[in-house]
Amino acid sequence: MAKKITIEPVTRVEGHGKVTINLDDQGNVSQTRLHIVEFRGFERFVQGRPYWEAPVLVQRLCGICPVSHHLASAKAMDVIVGAGTGNGLTPVGEKMRRLMHYGQMFQSHSLHFFHLASPDLLFGYDSDPAKRNVIGVAMTNKDLAVQAVFMRKFGQEIIAATAGKKIHGTGAVPGGINKNLTKEERDKFLKGKDPLNADKMIEWAQASIEFFKDYYKKNKEFIDNFSQFPSNHLSLVRKDGALDLYHGVLRAVDANGKKIFDKVDTQDYLKYIREEVKSWSYMKFPYIKQLGPEKGWYRVGPLARLNTADFIPTALAQKEFETYKAVTKGKPNYMCMHTHWARLIELLHSAEMIKKLLNDPDLQKENLVKTGKRQKEGVGIIEAPRGTLFHHYAVDANDRITMANLIVSTTNNNEPMNRAVNYIAKAMMTKKPQITEGMMNAVEVGIRAYDPCLSCATHAYGEMPLEITLRNAKGKVIDIKRK
Amino acid sequence: MKGIKKIKILIYGYGNPGRQDDGLGILFSEAMEEWAKQNGIKGITCDSNYQLNAEDSQSMSENDIVIFADATKNKIRNIKYKEIKPGKIISFSTHSMSPESVLALCKELYNSKPRTYLITIKGYRWAVNGEVTKKARENLDKALEYIKKFILIKSYVD
Repeated sequence: MAKKITIEPVTRVEGHGKVTINLDDQGNVSQTRLHIVEFRGFERFVQGRPYWEAPVLVQRLCGICPVSHHLASAKAMDVIVGAGTGNGLTPVGEKMRRLMHYGQMFQSHSLHFFHLASPDLLFGYDSDPAKRNVIGVAMTNKDLAVQAVFMRKFGQEIIAATAGKKIHGTGAVPGGINKNLTKEERDKFLKGKDPLNADKMIEWAQASIEFFKDYYKKNKEFIDNFSQFPSNHLSLVRKDGALDLYHGVLRAVDANGKKIFDKVDTQDYLKYIREEVKSWSYMKFPYIKQLGPEKGWYRVGPLARLNTADFIPTALAQKEFETYKAVTKGKPNYMCMHTHWARLIELLHSAEMIKKLLNDPDLQKENLVKTGKRQKEGVGIIEAPRGTLFHHYAVDANDRITMANLIVSTTNNNEPMNRAVNYIAKAMMTKKPQITEGMMNAVEVGIRAYDPCLSCATHAYGEMPLEITLRNAKGKVIDIKRK
Repeated sequence: MKGIKKIKILIYGYGNPGRQDDGLGILFSEAMEEWAKQNGIKGITCDSNYQLNAEDSQSMSENDIVIFADATKNKIRNIKYKEIKPGKIISFSTHSMSPESVLALCKELYNSKPRTYLITIKGYRWAVNGEVTKKARENLDKALEYIKKFILIKSYVD
């Protein structure tokens, strides 16, 4: 009998998602879909508002990655106020923004690996869900859990020092920033009492990579083969090809590493990226224009970034990058679980960048803002923790926003996440009479590798159950499981 | 009122103030901070964020009493106040934790178990483009009144 399996909502990802898996009469997976209810009202909400409000307003979009939206919006507004397209800010302006951004990357990557991914690795994705969480990690590997807490805290404090406050930060303004870093703040992060200082964070970031590599040695088959499928990859890179999470030019490579496009100015993204609408999902499907929607879909995020970048401009992360690249002999890596490895290399890079920036005397300079000839339109693109984030605005003569277009990281990864669900479902659910906890969580593990953030900042305390609905060929519900 | 008697209290509001009534927890924390400041009470620490997370377990461990404040869309009259016990089942949401799970983490990592309470304040609207509703603000006032009395009645303040 044909069945329809619904997993709703996807657990441990933000917002509400629903996975449906259709089985045919022979028990083979015939169709899979990841449905995500994306919040699109924001683009209309900002229309009519003064452009300078946007970097603060956009933080209403999401309580998970507000810093990324804050900075992407501010970068777009830099263009509007005539401060150039990424290279026009004063040194203190750009470096304070970078410090904020690397603080965000550091805390976000720490959260994802230690709180979300490590329970799956430590206990196995088919283990008891009551144990497979951060509290389970705390009970069995206390040192790892304590490190995670302090790494998150360090990143959060960097954000508070650069953005001005933890909630609805105001640090980035059109054309620059509204505060520099005092020497007291700098010394707190550089020479703070253990463990809250930059050196300890670098040490722990290195240890986290060793933790993963050790796990990889023992579980190579799982890490290499779980949900691996080829794709294109897209990200910002520095003009010389270096990894740069704050600014650069757009580069896309195919599954063999051949460049699809390179050195694309961020202001020209619309010449290269299009979005497709599908009737069954509220979330759009971006693709590379010259390849079309069927072949032009791409990955973004840590895995993609380490496929597009030629090198990492910090010594320790570069060394780890070389080890990582050797696994695929320099070719693009499309093994889903290697995303965690890539994320940890970026974690180390972020810690190194934080230390480098803190030692830069430009952060104490006073010329915070730069403006020039007013423009009508601006694009701000940033590499958010989850991947490339696009903010595009048009502004009228009265300084009011007339158009906003946002392509968030999770939208960029829409097709890859759908493919991941399909891959896992075919591997684990074909001809299986029952859906086990392990099967359910395998689907989630595949999605979770992309660290999706579904823009659901309005939290609903206690309202995130996991529900599986089984339907027969006629659509009748034959079983529901909830946890 | 001069100071907290021997004990330390952490008041922690969470939510997104950009989403109308979702910001009630933040407003609660800010109002309590102002109240403590106006009355010269030095033992109360007030903090807030978009959501609770693992690092909050460390802040909790440095206090004797923790009061979390959050907005709710659940069917309660105005406000609901309850003591929280450590919870082993973690919430499914990726990037946030429940008060019970943060308390459990506090116990596991720091061997600390502060008395922890959660005051939930009923909200009504959650859009990006609006202010806190009038009814929610009335509920916020009730919550503030309740907690101030709680602190005073328990003789936590000299």
